[in-house]
Amino acid sequence: MKGKRQLGKGVCIVGAGMSKFDMYRDKDSKQLFAEAFKECIDSVDKGMDPRDIQALWLGNFTNDFFIHQGHWGPIISDLLGLPPKPATRTEGACASSTLAVKDAAYAIASGMYDVVLAGGVEEMSKISTEAVSEGLALAGSPYEVYEGFTFPAVFGAIATAYFAKYGATWEDLNYVTVKSHENAKLNPKAQFNMTIRDIMGMRIEKYRKKGQPVPEWRDEFEALRDPRFNPVVAWPMHLFDCCPISDGAACVLLVAEEIAKNFTDNPIYIIGMGQGSGRALHNCPSLTSLEANKYAAKEAYEMAGLTPREIQFAEVHDCFSIAELIHIEDLGFCEEGTAYRFVREGGTRLDGPMPINTSGGLKCKGHPVGATGVAQIVEVWLQLRGEAGPRQIPKRDLHIGASQNLGGTGGTCTFMIFSNEK
Amino acid sequence: MEERHFNDISYKQFLNEERLMGSRCKECGTLYFPPRPICVNCHSTEMEWAELKGNGRLAGFSSIFVPPAFMAEEGFDRKHPYVVGVVDLEEGVRAVGRIVGVDANRPETIKIGIPVKAEFIHLGEGEQMRTHLAFRPVEGGGS
Repeated sequence: MKGKRQLGKGVCIVGAGMSKFDMYRDKDSKQLFAEAFKECIDSVDKGMDPRDIQALWLGNFTNDFFIHQGHWGPIISDLLGLPPKPATRTEGACASSTLAVKDAAYAIASGMYDVVLAGGVEEMSKISTEAVSEGLALAGSPYEVYEGFTFPAVFGAIATAYFAKYGATWEDLNYVTVKSHENAKLNPKAQFNMTIRDIMGMRIEKYRKKGQPVPEWRDEFEALRDPRFNPVVAWPMHLFDCCPISDGAACVLLVAEEIAKNFTDNPIYIIGMGQGSGRALHNCPSLTSLEANKYAAKEAYEMAGLTPREIQFAEVHDCFSIAELIHIEDLGFCEEGTAYRFVREGGTRLDGPMPINTSGGLKCKGHPVGATGVAQIVEVWLQLRGEAGPRQIPKRDLHIGASQNLGGTGGTCTFMIFSNEK
Repeated sequence: MEERHFNDISYKQFLNEERLMGSRCKECGTLYFPPRPICVNCHSTEMEWAELKGNGRLAGFSSIFVPPAFMAEEGFDRKHPYVVGVVDLEEGVRAVGRIVGVDANRPETIKIGIPVKAEFIHLGEGEQMRTHLAFRPVEGGGS
């Protein structure tokens, strides 16, 4: 059953690709986008000629700051041989590239174009960590940044409010982290393609080689409680609660539904799209929920004619561990104040009732901010086509997946719902 | 004073003067902090200044062990963390600021809901002066 909000014309994804996310010395934005593009074109089952692409939408937050180069639309267009066709850059902080996908979908639904490439790119690791933090802070609220808030501190403050309101603890957040690493171990594109136990083993080896006392951690949770292993960044956010600095690119090929079968017999349909805007922390109605999330979700559910119960899995924007809990509550997968118990009970694991971040999430897959939204969609594409390899969700009859992307501290939120059935 | 624009420049000038100033809509009475030029309740642009007392309760906080560059210049680092927080003011609006008079190295001792009072941290002098809003727990305030 379709809802009230509709695109004028159906839009499908018929190809998707991403670079491996990592910190690269020898790869730049163009190289990474070229890798994503090759994988995207190669993924089109019946093949496609890149010359048939009619327009490009590209998400990028601030390569302007990170590498002192702006105006990325035409740079990537030129890279792919698209000029003089139009190229448009979208910016919504860490949600920049979902905005590219949305705008590309609107362009097709309007009847203007039939074949559009939407992607995202960010190159963050060439400058110091302090400088990256300063760059990311450009997307913060002016009042918060002025008083010394950092991004982890904003989510730290949200976490303290969440803990006080619902009785959750920082230890509950560790279940998010452990799960993300377990999934990332199964994802070769992930920056941290390893479990926490793997990292513990590496650390122990390092201490042993240096002749330093070797820690005796019984399990992941004990290691996460050890400040040597997991120092505080912005309490209660510790190192393993935070996503890394990353470089990477991702893109998807969108076409009008009426011609999708020319490209593949297994297109992925965009059945719900939503977007909301939010306010600075001090103006939010609640510290434990993001109104932009809820609005984005409402729009997307209305368009899809679906309820949260019908979403079978999702990629959500876990820039910090606490954010994953907030999102799954805002999107209606859990009642408010219960996500921490759901996660603790394994509800979001790959084999759980509601797998979340099967890719490893931002925490482990990496977070090149302008590429993240599309990379989330790449994961949904793989899962819905049964091509996710060892991390394929074991659930049978997988038909509906979603992606939720957040920019800034909730100033821009998007929610997208996809299906492998019309 | 009433001649100032209802914007962030005025907000920061008032902080320099150790005053916590918001704007109130003359049409519907809604209070905004920091000040806004447009009432988002009734969309009137008729605003007047409203001074806040600076009394509130801590609603959320973080102790920052990895500071941004400008805070590092003030001497903060991993061994010298600082606390920032969100405060529910008694007038029904929220503020963000630094939280002082708490043990940043032992953030687990800081409790949500404690009563706090505004303070002003001045940095630089003359034209270069800037002022940060801070909140300190009220002695014997209880919760």
